[in-house]
Amino acid sequence: MLTKRNFLLAFTLIVAGVVLAVYGQGAAKQQENEIVIQNFAFEPATLTVKVGTKVSWINRDDEPHTATATDKRFNSKTLENGDRFTTEFNQPGIYKYYCALHPKMTGQVIVK
Amino acid sequence: MEQDRRNFLKCMAWAGTGLVWAMNGGVLSSHELLAAPKRKNGFNFVQISDSHIGFNKDPNHDVSKTLQEAVDKINALDEKPAFVIHTGDITHLATAEQFDTAAQIMKSAKAEQVYYVPGEHDVFTDDGKLYFERFGGGPGWRSFDYNGVHFIGLINVLNLKQGSGTGLGGSGLGQLGQEQLAWLQKDVQGLSSSTPIVVFAHIPLWTISLEWGWGTDESAQALSYLKRFGSVSVLDGHVHQVLRKVEGNVSFHTARSTAYPQPAPGTAPAPGPIKDVAADKLRSTLGVTDVSYVAKAGPLAVVDEALG
Repeated sequence: MLTKRNFLLAFTLIVAGVVLAVYGQGAAKQQENEIVIQNFAFEPATLTVKVGTKVSWINRDDEPHTATATDKRFNSKTLENGDRFTTEFNQPGIYKYYCALHPKMTGQVIVK
Repeated sequence: MEQDRRNFLKCMAWAGTGLVWAMNGGVLSSHELLAAPKRKNGFNFVQISDSHIGFNKDPNHDVSKTLQEAVDKINALDEKPAFVIHTGDITHLATAEQFDTAAQIMKSAKAEQVYYVPGEHDVFTDDGKLYFERFGGGPGWRSFDYNGVHFIGLINVLNLKQGSGTGLGGSGLGQLGQEQLAWLQKDVQGLSSSTPIVVFAHIPLWTISLEWGWGTDESAQALSYLKRFGSVSVLDGHVHQVLRKVEGNVSFHTARSTAYPQPAPGTAPAPGPIKDVAADKLRSTLGVTDVSYVAKAGPLAVVDEALG
C-alpha cells in the first residue's frame, strides 16, 4: 500500500535524485573528478567517486610525474607538464597510488 | 651572438673553484684546489652524475651540451682517470633516444671504462628494461677491484615503495632489497679489513631528507657489513649538490649534476630544478668529481670541480 508517508518519502527521494543528477552534471563540466599534480603533490590526495566514474590526473609541475597504482592496476606512465591521464573505475574499492619517480607523493581514489 | 659566444667561452674557462677533501682517520680536511697535495702513486677516477638527458626546461635547455662539457673536462685532466663512474639519472625519461644520446656523449670520454648505476629516472617506466639492455644485465649491482681498492656499485632505485601518505606504510626512500643485501654481505666476506672500499649508488645511502625521500631503506644494514673496514667512501648522486658527512670510518659524498642544481634540503617547498639560475651562473652549479687514491697514505681525496 502506498501510504501518504511512503509517497512523501518516495517523492523526496526522487527530487533529491534529480537535484543530485543535475548537480553531478554541472560538476562534471567543472572537472570535478580531476586530480591536479602540483608542487610534488596530488590534489585532492583523497578523491571519492561513484562506480563507473572516469578520473583524470593532470600534471601542472615542470617535473615529470606518474600516477601508478600500488597494485599496478593502472599506470599513467610519464606525465610531463600539461599531460593528462584518465582511467575509469568500475569496481568499488580503495585505489592507492603514488608517483613512481617521487614515491613520497601518494594519493587514493575511493570508489563507492 | 658574438657576445653570447664570448660569455660561453668565459663560462668554459677553467675556474679552479674546487676544494680537495682528504680523509685522515675519519676527519675531513680541505685544501684549495691549487694547494692539492701531489700524488706519487695510486690512481684517480672521476664521478659524474645526473646528466638527465632529455631535460629541456629552465635553468638548462641543453643538457647534452653540459654533459659534453663535463666529459671535455675529464678529458682535459692532467692525468687520465682509470675509469669514470656515472651515478645515475643518465636520462630524464628513460627513452631509447635519450639513452642513445647519453651513450654517444659518454663514448667521447677518454677512459678505459665507464661504470654506471641507474637512477630512478632511468628505470621508472619499464623497471629498467632499456637501461639493463644498454648498461649491463640484471641484477645490475656489481663489484670490481682496482689497484687494491674494492668498488661496489649498488642499485637502490628499483621497486620503490610509495611513501607513508594515505596510510600506505612505505617510506618513499631508495630500496636495496634483501637479494642485493645478501649479495653485498657475501661480496665483502673474504676481504681483508684493510681493503679500502668505495661504494657508489644513485640515491644517497645516508638520510639527507626524509621529507623529500633523500635516503635509502636498509642503508644501515648495508653499512653494517662494511663496519669492519678501515676506509669506506660512499659516492652518490640524486640531490644535485655537494653534501658530505663523516660517520666513523665512512665518508659520504654526493656529487653535483651535469644538468641542473636542486635546492638544499628544507630550503624550498619541494625538490626539483632550481629554475632561476642566471645563464652565466649555471655552470658554477654543475660539475664533476675527481677522486684520487694514494696507495700508502690511505685516504681518498675527493675534489669537486664546477663546470665553470
